[in-house]
Amino acid sequence: MLENEANPTFSKSTGLPRKRFYRARAHSNPLSDSHFPVPISPCHVDYSLHYPQFFSSSDQIDSSKKIQFADIGCGFGGLLISLSTLFPETLMIGMELRDKVSEYVKERISALRVANPGQYQNISVVRTNSMKYIPNYFEKGQLSKMFFLFPDPHFKEKNHRRRVISTHLLDEYAYTLRVGGIIYTITDVEELGDWMKACLESHPMYEALTEEELEADPVVKLLSSATEEGQKVARNDGQTFQAIYRRIMPAI
Amino acid sequence: MEDTPIEEGETNKDIEVAPALIAVHPTQKSVAVAVGSDLRVFDLHGVSAVALVDDTSVPFHKDSIRAIHYSADGKLFVSAGDDKVVKVWSTESWRCICTVPSEKRVSAVALSHDGLHVCFADKFGVVWVVDLDGFDGNQTLVNKKAAPLLAHYCSIITSLEVSPDGRFVVSADRDFKIRVTLFPKKPLDGAHEIQSFCLGHTEFVSCLAFVFTPDYPQGFLVSGSGDSTVRLWDISSGSLLDTYEVAEKAGLLESNGTGEECNPAITDLCTFPDGTLIAVATQRQVIKPSLHLQGILLLSCDLSTRTLSIAKVVSITGEAFIPTSIRTSSSAGLLWMVTGVSNMHGFDQPSLARVRVISGSEKCSLSSPEHEPTVLEDNEIPGGDKLLEKLQGSVSVEENVFLAAAEAVKTAMSNLLVKKQYSTEKREFRKRTEMIEKIKSDKLLALTALSKLIL
Repeated sequence: MLENEANPTFSKSTGLPRKRFYRARAHSNPLSDSHFPVPISPCHVDYSLHYPQFFSSSDQIDSSKKIQFADIGCGFGGLLISLSTLFPETLMIGMELRDKVSEYVKERISALRVANPGQYQNISVVRTNSMKYIPNYFEKGQLSKMFFLFPDPHFKEKNHRRRVISTHLLDEYAYTLRVGGIIYTITDVEELGDWMKACLESHPMYEALTEEELEADPVVKLLSSATEEGQKVARNDGQTFQAIYRRIMPAI
Repeated sequence: MEDTPIEEGETNKDIEVAPALIAVHPTQKSVAVAVGSDLRVFDLHGVSAVALVDDTSVPFHKDSIRAIHYSADGKLFVSAGDDKVVKVWSTESWRCICTVPSEKRVSAVALSHDGLHVCFADKFGVVWVVDLDGFDGNQTLVNKKAAPLLAHYCSIITSLEVSPDGRFVVSADRDFKIRVTLFPKKPLDGAHEIQSFCLGHTEFVSCLAFVFTPDYPQGFLVSGSGDSTVRLWDISSGSLLDTYEVAEKAGLLESNGTGEECNPAITDLCTFPDGTLIAVATQRQVIKPSLHLQGILLLSCDLSTRTLSIAKVVSITGEAFIPTSIRTSSSAGLLWMVTGVSNMHGFDQPSLARVRVISGSEKCSLSSPEHEPTVLEDNEIPGGDKLLEKLQGSVSVEENVFLAAAEAVKTAMSNLLVKKQYSTEKREFRKRTEMIEKIKSDKLLALTALSKLIL
């Protein structure tokens, strides 16, 4: 990124990266094999790179601490940043396919860590294709929360297989989530909302959260307010469609 | 937008080259070879060629067969491939009892141990299951439709196996992954519970097999890969137990070897009836410009220490023979091998195949030096010349043709399974040229439509 006096990529006042220099198209092709490194297995994930304050060197791994929340398609990182202070001891990661956008989130987290000592040390981002490589990052039953906020609707029927929520991919997410873990989905596209709900409802390893449980969960409110996408929908008075389910043991 | 190799590959000529496959009946009643669309079976009991009978709506295969398998009890035989059908045959009458349509080309098949379900994988990463309910003899099963069982997102599934205890179905793909899924009581509802992922390979996984004995009935999984290793796994936990590096440890390579021929991909593996000896077929190893290794590696698995070690290297000399497929029966200890290819460009023969057999392998796992496995001569193999005539098509083919065939198979495998590594400039260039091409063709379409209107 070119930095010159007239147009710095980082704002001088806040120290945060300026979004206009990290603009990217909203859509990215999840089928293309992009050029990014993928860990061979979950034990190859470098925690000291992502969470330096928690892990001082890559040999000294506190094996009890593992990533528990994953924001799939984290975009510009809004949700992660809100969750970071809500759950300061929980490690979280965002997964984003777009190069420029994941760069932005990296810079944003770095800047926040500098400006707020001791905070934001528990969040990080990785550029990857989560539809192919989730088992490479997380062990069985590792995650307690997975987020799918405003995913790409892939309107054409022939592209439905590219949707991030599908019966087949829900098998993998069920593997990654521990029993009792929660999957949060939200969209402003009604057809996609119906689709995601139908996939989750018909899958034997998920059950819907009750109204009471939804009320009691502080994270639910963040789904529509914490992200850029969510804020845009609110500005345009759009409707959102949620489907929040718990990972259960399948009935025998 | 970048095209994935999967979508490009449909039109790529090299991919149409298909390696020859071999399968052996569990009690060695028959041997089957598939070369291209041709399925050839030889009855070893009656010592005669088998004439297949297929009066289903789509008789015989119309395009390259990519997978063949006998059921555990030997009563059924399955074949499937690029013609997008899965055919189930009765091995008593060799009639096709069922033809199941597939949406995409099929890349692997497996059968449940009770013979009631056939699983097949397509080139888009979906594994399907069809039940063979209602089959009680010879009549044809009609209108059998497959239901999706599980999927590897947008990856080519290279191998499918069911665990010895029937509890798990194991699927391997070209994205270095092996997935172990619980085989459900109602397979048609899908297999949703993933037991584990076996991760560790650094290239496409090409083949799977199980080692197991009465003392270790659940056994362990063995996998071969394009990364030139054979790995041993505990499928309940997904843990990697041992890795055998073919190029290094076979001790056949000089230290200054470089290039891909020094790290030959594992092309096939199979377990002997004793349950611990594994035969490994690789692409040709080039040791020195003048010295090539071709043959079979026999690896021994110690189930108590959970390790792999080399038992023997069996060299095949006298002719160029790089096996494309190897199998044993579950009773006799003969290793059947085939090399061959179909649809190879630039040659008179549309397809060629050569069958060879190695005997005496199992004795060498007792590490007694006097026992050497031997590559049988043509007249020593069961069925002799009659078998070779049926399975090979013609009895002799020139050596250089087989070398060219091996190269063609190697290129095809690489094109299909090895991910293309483009530099950023190349990718941007491709995107731009594809965009330009698209605009050109759109313009042409528009002009054609317009001219039709005017005229």
